[in-house]
Amino acid sequence: MKLGVLFTGGKDSCYALYKAREKHDVVCLISIISENKESFMFHTPNIEITDLQAKAIGLPLLKQVTKGEKEKELKDLEIAIENAVKKYKIEGIVTGAVESVYQATRVQKICNKLGLGCFNPLWKRNQEELLKEIVDEKFKVIISGVFAYPLDFQWLGKVIDKDMIERLIDLSHGKYEISPTGEGGEYESTVLDAPFFKKEIEIIDFEIVDMIDSGVYNIKGGLK
Amino acid sequence: MILIVNLNDEEFAYDEFILPIKRIVGKCDVKHYKEVKNVKKYDKIILSGTSLIEKRYLDHDFSWIKEFEGKILGICAGMQVIAMIHDCKLKKCTEIGMYNIKVFTPNKLESEDFEAYCLHNYAVEPNDKFDELFGTKKCTQGIKLKGKEVYGVLFHPEVRNQSIINWFKES
Repeated sequence: MKLGVLFTGGKDSCYALYKAREKHDVVCLISIISENKESFMFHTPNIEITDLQAKAIGLPLLKQVTKGEKEKELKDLEIAIENAVKKYKIEGIVTGAVESVYQATRVQKICNKLGLGCFNPLWKRNQEELLKEIVDEKFKVIISGVFAYPLDFQWLGKVIDKDMIERLIDLSHGKYEISPTGEGGEYESTVLDAPFFKKEIEIIDFEIVDMIDSGVYNIKGGLK
Repeated sequence: MILIVNLNDEEFAYDEFILPIKRIVGKCDVKHYKEVKNVKKYDKIILSGTSLIEKRYLDHDFSWIKEFEGKILGICAGMQVIAMIHDCKLKKCTEIGMYNIKVFTPNKLESEDFEAYCLHNYAVEPNDKFDELFGTKKCTQGIKLKGKEVYGVLFHPEVRNQSIINWFKES
């Protein structure tokens, strides 16, 4: 079955791609570039870096810009998927959804309308186990956005390793109830390297945008 | 011992529709529906749900289910299978997402109205062999075969109502 992966450049969509490639023919990546930095539906920090990631992986990337207005952004997602069907003959979509019924439902509805399969290989995974597995599989992932206290600018740009996972788990069990995988939008991540990347992404320059209740780590990258 | 019967033909659906149930149930066997032959060694069976593109299970002969003496829980496609082997018809009914479910008949699965995650294009029209346990405005969401511990739920309890699977496992 030819599949397209909804690709944000973050750890979950990258890991879903990794799982999909084990058994299926992934023929393209699809990224939604949201102009609304508050989008409920789409990942926004460093979404532009998906161009580099696609080159590093060796798959074509189909991009669709959306203003990110609620529900209208879903029409833009539908247009992007329709374009992938026309251009790459995909028969199904893969997402990195783990717990979010909100996101999964909306992609399921579009796929159902278009007669496509919708697959969520990480669905309902234990979040701590999933995060450890991603690190064990040698994914190099950095924190590229923080959106919930007590995560602050000091976390930005840091590589997710075993020590960081323990800190995230401690926070998830403490009074802050942070999801260790950032499933509730507490943080966003960017993948710099993975077992299926032909080249690693190196950070040439970066800018930290530190706001009162959130922070973003904007990367200018290149291929090593 | 519990057997999970996988009703998906698409291999990739396993992670999404079988593993979440398996994680709740713990030690169990999983078999694809075309490979199920002898079920005597099991005391409970769960018939899985499927991705929306799956339809091939609808053409399969599941008559062995009628002979099974233990408890059965059919989830979504599994509920459709239970209903069809007892002569019920399917009707077109698409529900994708979270829905309010009303309790129609006192039962062991859920005692009060609740929310559940739905993912289906077809519902069942239960006949008088079944008690209708739950429903949304559009369709029946839960059935029990009269006189037997055979249940079907159209929603996916492995997503937001794991207590139902825990009850089934421990009861």
